[in-house]
Amino acid sequence: MCGRRWRSAAALHRNKKLLRVAESRPGDRAELKLRRYWGGALFRRLFVVVLSLGLAFAAFACSDDSDADPTATVPGGQSAAQTVAPTTAALSGGLTVFAAASLRDAFTEVEKSFEAANPGVDVTYHFAGSPALRTQLMEGAKADIYAPADTNNMQQALEANLVADAGETFTHNRLAVIMPKDNPANITALQDLGNDGVKLVLVLALAEVPVGTYARRSLTKMDADGSFGEGFSARVLANMVSEEPNVKAVVTKVQLGEADAGIVYVTDVTAGVAPDVKVIEIPDGFNVIATYPIALTAAPANPDAAEAFIDFVLSADGQAILARFGFQPIE
Amino acid sequence: MIATQDPRQGNGASNIGLGWLFGPLGALFVAFLLLPIAALAWRGFGSGELGDNVTSGFVYDALKLSAITSTVALLVAILAGTPLAYLLARRQFPGKFAIDLLIDLPIVLPPTVAGVALLVAFGRRGLIGEHLDDSGINIAFTTMAVVMAQVFVSAPFYIRTAKAGFESVEPVYEGVASTLGASPLRSFWRVTLPLAWPSLVAGAILCWARALSELGATLIFAGNLRGETQTMPLAIISAFESGQSIDVPIALSLILVGAALVLLLLLRVVSRGAPGRM
Repeated sequence: MCGRRWRSAAALHRNKKLLRVAESRPGDRAELKLRRYWGGALFRRLFVVVLSLGLAFAAFACSDDSDADPTATVPGGQSAAQTVAPTTAALSGGLTVFAAASLRDAFTEVEKSFEAANPGVDVTYHFAGSPALRTQLMEGAKADIYAPADTNNMQQALEANLVADAGETFTHNRLAVIMPKDNPANITALQDLGNDGVKLVLVLALAEVPVGTYARRSLTKMDADGSFGEGFSARVLANMVSEEPNVKAVVTKVQLGEADAGIVYVTDVTAGVAPDVKVIEIPDGFNVIATYPIALTAAPANPDAAEAFIDFVLSADGQAILARFGFQPIE
Repeated sequence: MIATQDPRQGNGASNIGLGWLFGPLGALFVAFLLLPIAALAWRGFGSGELGDNVTSGFVYDALKLSAITSTVALLVAILAGTPLAYLLARRQFPGKFAIDLLIDLPIVLPPTVAGVALLVAFGRRGLIGEHLDDSGINIAFTTMAVVMAQVFVSAPFYIRTAKAGFESVEPVYEGVASTLGASPLRSFWRVTLPLAWPSLVAGAILCWARALSELGATLIFAGNLRGETQTMPLAIISAFESGQSIDVPIALSLILVGAALVLLLLLRVVSRGAPGRM
């Protein structure tokens, strides 16, 4: 209250001076009121509320470090990793993995097993579209491992010296068409994706995001087959109403029923998603098999833990987890 | 208009000591604000491909869509917002406090919240959208959805400022106008509106700028399709996500920085040179 009084005294002083100027010219009163408003008590109070909310959020975020902040580029715990001498017996420190969005559920499970086997290591993930991850590496984001959803992004990362080598293929994935459970556009076969007249809402990931590239390639295969009718691929793409930044966004839009169909990975139909969607399998002849490479970045902060992580993903245990989430094992 | 001495500057003598303390602190913050913008300009103009990046087809589509949608959003805000702002400034009515709060809400909420809220209201499975869908009207993923998202987040800026403008016009003037025989509408049109004009224009510019920069609500509610729903901010995020080269998002960002600067300068001119006030 004391502060309020002091402030209003200052405002009074200020406004008196203003008033002297403005009194003679009524046209300026609008401006005067406007000034009072923007400096007014409401906005000051609002500012305090927003500020304290922000602080509360910050405190909350700090206490919960298991959730990867998509904007964080320098994850915590890395400096600790450098000071601890690596021993063959126990790995420790932080480990940052930049992984394709489609790996989210499987890799979260991989983390649990890996951390159980290596209690000293704290794995932090950053899941996003593969090209976006590459751009962030390019702009100096710190990570130990890059795991995109196609070899093309890995190749480009290698050419830009962002990764140590082209890495190893650790799993495969395939595409499927999903619709909301009640199937509003009544899609019963792949052919229906090209229907017009039906209010078809199709979501594909951006063309440069692996799942978007794969989906377009799959459509081209259907086109080449001839049995889908004239200009099938073009008709399907004409039905497209949104290009989403990553595959999980595609799933969400279909799951919510906002879109009639989307082309995603079979692994995206997780236990949580399955009750909300219908799936149409894409036959082998038209499907595109996704290949996931994994590699150390050019300058990993914790190379020993990173290599152990890659070994674990390639091991029988790691492969079993991936298989459980619908991924196809290597070989 | 007439240059008046800024009364907040005082006579200077008592503030000299404070200047030594606050000056460096202020300079630090100015550097913090300036650096990213300067870096954008440096990278953008340094790439040598700025022209190519700016003139590519999807940039033109995004610019055009942004210009159209933000202008429509502004018109909606003015048409629907001006009467509301006037009522809030002049009349007492039940629920006024709640409406006042409601108008402030989109200003403090993250736009993503606005997007989710619009989706559950107007999406195909939404509260109202469900019935619209039955009658063949689909809003989500259309240019209409872009405009709605923009109106939702930007109109409050206009209404707020317009309300303050109307409050600054003494009711006495309207009274005088009516004793001289002017109808209420005529006195609003000829007396209140001209006196509140600077605030209305300032509010409109703020509103337009906010609509132009809208991203979060649009991405969730309207999707992202070139020529239909991909506005400039969405084009920037798409260019970033597609990972070709960071030069493209930089070029697009520079266009928006330029547009924002022009709008802010306009705002200063309209609010008649009161630096630091808005």
